[in-house]
Amino acid sequence: MNWNSAADFFAMGGYGTYVWGSYAVTLACMAVEPVLVVLRHQRARRELGGAPR
Amino acid sequence: MSTTLRFFRFASPAAFYPLAGKLVPWFAAIAAILAATALYLGMLRAPTDATQGDAYRIIFIHVPAAWMSMLLYVVMAFWAAIGWAFNARLASIVARAIAPTGAMFTFLALWTGALWGKPTWGTWWVWDARLTSELILLFLYAGYIALVSAIDDTRRADRAGALLAIVGSVNVPIIYFSVIWWNTLHQGASVSVTAAPKMASVMLLAMLLMTLAFWAYAFAVIFVRTRAIALERDNHAAWATDAVARAPVRQGASS
Repeated sequence: MNWNSAADFFAMGGYGTYVWGSYAVTLACMAVEPVLVVLRHQRARRELGGAPR
Repeated sequence: MSTTLRFFRFASPAAFYPLAGKLVPWFAAIAAILAATALYLGMLRAPTDATQGDAYRIIFIHVPAAWMSMLLYVVMAFWAAIGWAFNARLASIVARAIAPTGAMFTFLALWTGALWGKPTWGTWWVWDARLTSELILLFLYAGYIALVSAIDDTRRADRAGALLAIVGSVNVPIIYFSVIWWNTLHQGASVSVTAAPKMASVMLLAMLLMTLAFWAYAFAVIFVRTRAIALERDNHAAWATDAVARAPVRQGASS
């Protein structure tokens, strides 16, 4: 383990803004896209008169 | 039934729809497990880089995103071409389902690259060959999406999109070899099939696991989108109404 404390971990050796800025946007995209496709699939199912599932 | 017949069985939306539905939860679970392992190795176990400090940890998402952006483009162009050449409807649907996910990974490669470039190069952006060709890839994805949605006749739109995707695929080797062909600020490949990787093994492992996680994620998302587009297109077909009516209501399932 490289980190002495949680604060140390979040600071990322002074590069926190860049590292967490990258990870946060990646996480956001990869969390939103699955929701969007599932909603689209459910809408398609409802329009065919089925359960959204 | 002959082997050939069985092989092409899943080439119809009617047969592919339930198969994809069964596979999606598995790909989603694999993606989650691999991503968690990669994050543990990359963020907690991998040592700080001697020259770049902890800024280098962006590599664990930057490189997988960039690889996926190129891979998905090739796969999209391939299925678009198959859909055009053999008039295979499912192939064209898959090509369309890939485009938004490919565009997202391209955006992420550019975004994480900018956030990595600022602390290490001193600039968010530079018009070097690698960065510029990756930006062109984003425009190709956007152009494909805009083109297929602008044409009302579905199959004509598929063919026009296929032409754009095939012509645009020339950009993929340009991205890949740009760091060799031109003098770029962007570094050369750290990992190649012909040479030993130029990084510590725990870093390499984290990066490869994240790549597999992104790959499984892409399968899950693209399969759900493929199912959605198949239903939207075939909304008068018996298989679609059957598929929707037959499935029992299951709470919490996301497929």
